[in-house]
Amino acid sequence: MPAAQSGDTATNARPRRSGPRLMANSPAAKSPSARAAAAQDRRGAEARPGVIGRRALLISTALLLVTRAAEAYAEGLLPGSGMPWRPFAGEPPDIAKPGPWIFFTPEEGAAIEALVDRLIPPDPETPGGKDCGCAAFIDRQLAGSYGSARGLYMSPPFAQGTPEQGAQAPATPAQLYRHMLGALDAHCRETYAGKSFGQLPDAEKDKLIGAMESGSLLLQGSPTTGFFQILLQDTRYGFFADPIYGGNRDMAAWKMIGFPGARYDYRDWVERHNERYPHPPVAIAGRPEWSRQPS
Amino acid sequence: MRCVLFAIALSLFSVAAAHAQFPDKQSFEVIEHGGYMASAADCAACHTAPGGQPFAGGGALETPFGTLLAPNITPDVATGIGAWTDEDFVNAVQNGIGHGGAHLYPAMPYTYYTRMTRDDVIAVRAFLDTVRPIRNEVHPNQLPFPFNQREAMTGWNALYFRPGLFKPDAGQSAEWNRGAYLTQGAEHCGLCHTPKNAMGGDENSRDMEGSVLQNWFAPNLTGDRRLGLGDWTVEDIALYLKTGRNRFDIASGPMADAVTHSTSHLTDADLRAIAVYLKTLPPGGASSEPLSADTPVMRQGAAIYLDQCAACHTANGAGIVGLFPRLNGSSLVQQRDATSLIHVVLAGSRAVATDAAPTGPAMPSFAWKLSNDQVAAVVTYIRNAWGNAAPAAADGAVQKLRTALPGNP
Amino acid sequence: MTATKLPATDIVIIGLGWTGSIVAESLTAAGLNVVAIERGPWRDTATDFPPDYAPDELRYAVRYDLMLRPAQTTLTFRNNPSQTALPIRSWGSFLLPNGVGGAGVHWNAETWRFLPTDFVLKTHLTQRYGANFLPPDMTIQDWGVTYDELEPHYDRFEYLCGTSGTAGNLKGEKQPFGNPFEGVRSRPYPTPAQKQPYGPVLWAEAAKQMGHQPFPQPSGNLSEGYTNPLGVTLGPCTYCGFCERFGCGNYSKASPQTTILPVLMRRANFEARTHCEVTRINLDNTGKRATGVTYVDSEGKEWLQPADMVFLCAFQMFNVQLLLLSGIGQPYDVTTGKGVIGRNYAYQVTSNVQSFFDNKIFNPFIASGSIGMCIDDFNGDNFDHGPHGFVGGGYMGMVQPNARPIEMTPVPPGTPQWGAPWKKAVKDNYLSTILPATHGSCYSYRDVYLDLDPTYKDRFGRPLMRLTFDFHENELKMSQFLTDRLAEIVQSMGPRQIVKNPRKGHYNIVPYQTTHTVGGAIMGTDRTTSALNRYLQSWDVPNLFVMGASAFPQNPGYNPTDTVAALCYWSLDAVHNQYLKNPGPLVHA
Repeated sequence: MPAAQSGDTATNARPRRSGPRLMANSPAAKSPSARAAAAQDRRGAEARPGVIGRRALLISTALLLVTRAAEAYAEGLLPGSGMPWRPFAGEPPDIAKPGPWIFFTPEEGAAIEALVDRLIPPDPETPGGKDCGCAAFIDRQLAGSYGSARGLYMSPPFAQGTPEQGAQAPATPAQLYRHMLGALDAHCRETYAGKSFGQLPDAEKDKLIGAMESGSLLLQGSPTTGFFQILLQDTRYGFFADPIYGGNRDMAAWKMIGFPGARYDYRDWVERHNERYPHPPVAIAGRPEWSRQPS
Repeated sequence: MRCVLFAIALSLFSVAAAHAQFPDKQSFEVIEHGGYMASAADCAACHTAPGGQPFAGGGALETPFGTLLAPNITPDVATGIGAWTDEDFVNAVQNGIGHGGAHLYPAMPYTYYTRMTRDDVIAVRAFLDTVRPIRNEVHPNQLPFPFNQREAMTGWNALYFRPGLFKPDAGQSAEWNRGAYLTQGAEHCGLCHTPKNAMGGDENSRDMEGSVLQNWFAPNLTGDRRLGLGDWTVEDIALYLKTGRNRFDIASGPMADAVTHSTSHLTDADLRAIAVYLKTLPPGGASSEPLSADTPVMRQGAAIYLDQCAACHTANGAGIVGLFPRLNGSSLVQQRDATSLIHVVLAGSRAVATDAAPTGPAMPSFAWKLSNDQVAAVVTYIRNAWGNAAPAAADGAVQKLRTALPGNP
Repeated sequence: MTATKLPATDIVIIGLGWTGSIVAESLTAAGLNVVAIERGPWRDTATDFPPDYAPDELRYAVRYDLMLRPAQTTLTFRNNPSQTALPIRSWGSFLLPNGVGGAGVHWNAETWRFLPTDFVLKTHLTQRYGANFLPPDMTIQDWGVTYDELEPHYDRFEYLCGTSGTAGNLKGEKQPFGNPFEGVRSRPYPTPAQKQPYGPVLWAEAAKQMGHQPFPQPSGNLSEGYTNPLGVTLGPCTYCGFCERFGCGNYSKASPQTTILPVLMRRANFEARTHCEVTRINLDNTGKRATGVTYVDSEGKEWLQPADMVFLCAFQMFNVQLLLLSGIGQPYDVTTGKGVIGRNYAYQVTSNVQSFFDNKIFNPFIASGSIGMCIDDFNGDNFDHGPHGFVGGGYMGMVQPNARPIEMTPVPPGTPQWGAPWKKAVKDNYLSTILPATHGSCYSYRDVYLDLDPTYKDRFGRPLMRLTFDFHENELKMSQFLTDRLAEIVQSMGPRQIVKNPRKGHYNIVPYQTTHTVGGAIMGTDRTTSALNRYLQSWDVPNLFVMGASAFPQNPGYNPTDTVAALCYWSLDAVHNQYLKNPGPLVHA
């Protein structure tokens, strides 16, 4: 009996989606497809149907006496066949593609841009939340599994618990943002003679944000501290996350603090104590030096 | 009385003589030996389809001329070789003549198996006779016109087929001759490792200088220090063939299959013999000038290497023995053709796992992440850094392989 | 739904994490047919966490991509029995694992042995301090196994992993640069300790000045390439700082994938079934014999897998839940104090001292999961508790495993949460701030336990498990003490400012603390107060063994994995040498 196949023959195909994500600017990039959404879904709650590679199924059927047991092999892991592998296998990240708002309406987008730009204001050295792409980040996150709370336990009954028991509200982040941005907009137009949040002077914006933070601002009768904390958290995520998610443009936040990014080897630097690390940050999609520069 | 005894002695002598001419295919030693030679010849590599029944055929072989399917060589009478005579078998294996007289394509390496002794070939037949008969009808010839016209093989054979048994070299040791016999015959290393001309025949003047095959480049095995096995010792070669890894490299791609199914089953003595023979191959292949570090491609490649590759292969290309192949001073990365390197960068690769070395580390796929020019740059950098020297990889070569590799979404 | 019955096998293992892999390798090597059933997906280095996309903080550290999804299953939580438990709708305090390799994929690889006294805690503390020194509702117990019995098995796991460290006690001889308090070690660590970055080195100097003996944290992130006794090779750690919550991209973190699975997956008598969730351990009509398991595959189809022995290796929480749902062992009743399944749950009590410096470049992003220099002076009963009025302790040190920016951009107290001052404070403090920490014990109490929730269900309609847990005064006192001691050491380093963060108040399910959840199916010598005997064999169902930290009667001040694995090897010894020759109860009590 020949031993297990090794190398790159697709013997033991796992039923993974075989869709490595492609960079937006990669020459091999394909247009967004249902698979991008499916990739978000894939990490969700629903048990997805076991997809058994056809060859693996045939092998199972041929080798086993009890043919129905073949269906029990959910991933084509055949006894004695070694660690499964196939070419191009992997689960690369879902890269946020630049473009118009996916989740936010134009008005919501403008408000979020204004908000993130006050939470993290621009300065001469580092752009603010807006130019760093924090609003774009939040937009893409809300359009995906974060926004729909996919993967979280969202079964009723919902009850208010103690602070130690954590968030219990049935609203998803997408619902929360939509609702609160609408309420904030209504409040601004009412309070500031028809102006939206983004149209207010910075000092006024800061006042409103401070009131949201402290809970002294009530929108539609409710304090906004919860929403403020989530907005602040999401803004910071967008600021510091890898740029493939839409924020931290050009790794500006990483450059600000001196974090080298998605680096994976510091062996030569562990024992160089009290020395500044000299290399520029690199993101999952690379850095400028990865492009061919003319001499 | 004496006449009777003499007659008996004569008949016994005849029987003994008969045994000397034809191996007893029912005898245990012959079958065992046949199984061993079948490993050496790696029949399973083609005749056992991935995940299929042993020797039942059906596996696809991609040739530059189209697809062939390996036939069923189990003893099944209807769909295998159960009805073949031993002469039929020898004729197929050693002369490239199939059952009924049709020519075989040299994807069946009869051009190499011709060098095996008849005894060895009959032993393989004896072994195959003991394999479970499987009913599996295979139509091997899937080539497009005009390649599917087998008669054309007559002309090809005239040009490129040199039939004949291996001739030992009296000036060499028995060990060397054994190694040469195995390498040039059953193991048919040259089928992959010797460059081919346009018609698929061996370029004999460039024996073992490396060749492209199924989107891989089987490397140079000559004695050249930069391109071939010049820096490998006999022990390095034997260890690699036995376990799939040595201090330089770990087998992957089609060589991983060859180690798993063939060379890891050979005796230590036979592996050493092959190594001894290979070490006497004279240097062959053209050397290159290294590319200067101060060019756009090399600077680009250096940045990508530092960020993406060094975490495994280390900043100075030394790798980690048994885990991440050495790149610095490695002949594997300095081949004249960069196909294998581009292949593993795009698709990833899984190194062989053997009982002696079960780890089987894998390299991830970078196709989703690196563009063609980035792959070309980092491959070019690896081929020219740390004292390495080899021709640059072209952006176009990357695109070609990207499209050609199966399993690329 | 009727389950389809499959051909019987010798052994069925529930969960293919650390203990599942150890058990499978051990029993397949003995020629037994083993089926491992894993709820989550297959995972492997190059295909699931390669360096080209593993260092993604948002995906793995924030969105918990490798973890179980609460929608698959979760727990309900309350601090005490007077409250109504509510679902943990999104992970916080602990992150429960999923998939082949289990938590072994994304742990920090901190590889600590427990102290000899930890295994006889009740006896030892009572002897030293008197029974009245212990809080009346503390339910600590002796384990039924001693450190000396476990020593060869600790050694075995450490050599499987290639653990990097410096021995402190070699065959009874104290060694100058290791942990002076550790139990006897029969041989040195298989690889030397990792190199240390600036923060730990500076902290160690300060600790030494104050009379302590600092030593490097024992690390399953290896300092050099290593081939283990199974023939599997690991590589050297590259200090990338993407360790806990992340898979390791370059084979340098000990995990089932990097130490066992390459060998196990080549064995024809081993079969792994992934995306299959065991819903029940089935018993015969005596209730004393497991006949196999029922599981559901990813298409929702139900299967029955008969087996001669069952090994429950599903991570602590789910071990307990499955025992409850299968009706094995008497469930713990908090009002009577009787019953064993769910009793003696415990956690870990951590704290830190945020330390702001001027003119220091710590490069805190250069780290491994187990980097750091520690002292053990204040762990276990290594010091006289008499004057302090609490029991327990923990190790402490400069053991910061990362400085990933979403999680670690410290600002001094009083800094606004947003705006220009926040931005500036982040920028000014990132490279020059460190977070030394304490890692304290958590003992067991009568009103801390696990049981089945009366209201909330999982996706199969089965009750979720309910966690009732709060910190008790003993642990909070201990945490304050440890934090104060740590702060003294840090203060001597000359920081601009320190912020002490001892564990305080109620246990809060929201902020991450650790995933060292233990207990609930504890081992012991008395079947009325334990679920398992000293070989981790179920008292009630002798052909069922339950591996994992669920066996801990309380939690010492160390990370659990080394002990989880040592207990597993210890149990397997008994299985090979005793049970398989003569199946039945190994202990008659």
